[in-house]
Amino acid sequence: MLQAENLACRRGERVVFAGLSFKVEAGAAVLLTGANGAGKSTLLRLLAGLLAPEEGRLLWEGADAFADRAAHAGRLRYLSHADALKPALTARENLGFFARLWGGDAGAALDQLGLGPLAELPARVLSSGQKRRLALARLALAPAAIWLLDEPTVGLDAASVERLGGLLARHRAAGGMVLAATHLPLPLPSARELRL
Amino acid sequence: MRGFGALLGREMRLAIRHPADSLAAVLFFVLVAALFPFGIGPAPEALARLAPGALLAAGLLAALLPLDRLFGADAEDGTLDQLLLSGMGAAVVALAKALAHWLVTGLPLLVATPVAGAMLNLATEAWPAAMAALGLATAFLSLLGTAGAALTLGARRGGVLLPLLVLPLAIPAVIFGAAGIEAAAAGLEARPYLLLLGALVAAALPLAPLAAGAALRVE
Repeated sequence: MLQAENLACRRGERVVFAGLSFKVEAGAAVLLTGANGAGKSTLLRLLAGLLAPEEGRLLWEGADAFADRAAHAGRLRYLSHADALKPALTARENLGFFARLWGGDAGAALDQLGLGPLAELPARVLSSGQKRRLALARLALAPAAIWLLDEPTVGLDAASVERLGGLLARHRAAGGMVLAATHLPLPLPSARELRL
Repeated sequence: MRGFGALLGREMRLAIRHPADSLAAVLFFVLVAALFPFGIGPAPEALARLAPGALLAAGLLAALLPLDRLFGADAEDGTLDQLLLSGMGAAVVALAKALAHWLVTGLPLLVATPVAGAMLNLATEAWPAAMAALGLATAFLSLLGTAGAALTLGARRGGVLLPLLVLPLAIPAVIFGAAGIEAAAAGLEARPYLLLLGALVAAALPLAPLAAGAALRVE
C-alpha cells in the first residue's frame, strides 16, 4: 500500500499543493485531475522521488518510501510527458536499453503495443502517437508495483488506448497500482479520482 | 553494474550514429594546433618550445566542446529522469557518462596527436609522451567536466559557465602534461610527470562522479 501523509510541494516561491493525503491499495487506480498547473505532474515527480517534498511523508507498506531511494525507484515505472527516446536509435534499441536495466523482452513488449512491424525503424521517423506507444511499451517490459503515468494517452488512437487498457487491467489484476494524471478519459474502470 | 554497461553501450551506439560530434572535436584540435605556426611564424625552435603547452591547451579546449550537451539532451527528452530512476545511482550514471565522453572525444584526439604534433614541430621522440599526457589530461577533463555539466544543467548560459568552472581546475593537468612532453622532447624521463597526471585522474575518478551525482539529484 502506498500512503501519502500531508504532502506539500513548493516550486520557487509558489506552493503547488499542501496537506495532501491519500492511500492507494494494491490493484487500485487513482486518476489525478485538475486544471493546468494544479500540480499533477509535480505530484507524480514527487511520488517518483525526483522531487523532494517540502513537508509530509510518503509511506510504502507503512515505512518511509524515500529511506531507500534505489529500492523505491525499483518498484515504480514513471512515464513523463517526454518519451525518453533517442531519435537515432531504432524502436528495438530504445526499448532494449530499458530491457537491459529492468529485464524483460523488448520484442514481446513492442508486440503488445502493436509496434512489432516498426521495431527496426529509427525513433525519429515515428509519428508522435507511435513514439508515445514506444514509451508505453516500457511498462510491458517487467513488472513493477507502482505505475506513475503522466497523460499516457496523449496522441494515441482508439486502438492503442484499448491496448493500453489491456496492459493496465493485467497490471492491476496482478496487484499493481496506477496513478495517472489526465485530461482525457482513461481505460481504468473503478478508478478513484483525486482532484488537485 | 548491468546498468553501467547498458548505459555505456547506448552512449557508444549514439556516438557511432552521430560521428560528427567526435569529428568536430578532432578537427577543432588540429585547427587550433595549426593556428600557432601562423601566429608565431615558421621558426622551428620557437614552435617546438611552445608545442607541449599548445598541444595540451588545444586538446583540453577540444574535449570541452561537447560537454555542455552531456546531460542537456538527456534532460530535455526525459531520459535523465529514467536514468535517475533506474536504480543504478546518480554517481554511477555520471561515471558512465564521463567514460563515454572520454571514449568519444578524448580517445579520437590521441589519434590526431601526431598530426597536431607535426604542425607544432614537436620532436618525434616526444610523440608517445604527448599521447600519454593528452590521454590522461582529457580523462581528467572528462571527469571534471561531467561534474561541471551536472552542476550547470538547467542554468541559463550553462554553456558559457561550464568552461569558466572547469578550465581553472584543469590547470594542474596542463602543467604536468606539458612538463612531461617537454621532458620527453629534451630526451629526459617523462614518467614522473605522467605519474603525477595519473594521480590527478585517480583522485578525480571517485570524487567527480560523486559530485556530479549529488548535483543531478538536487535539481
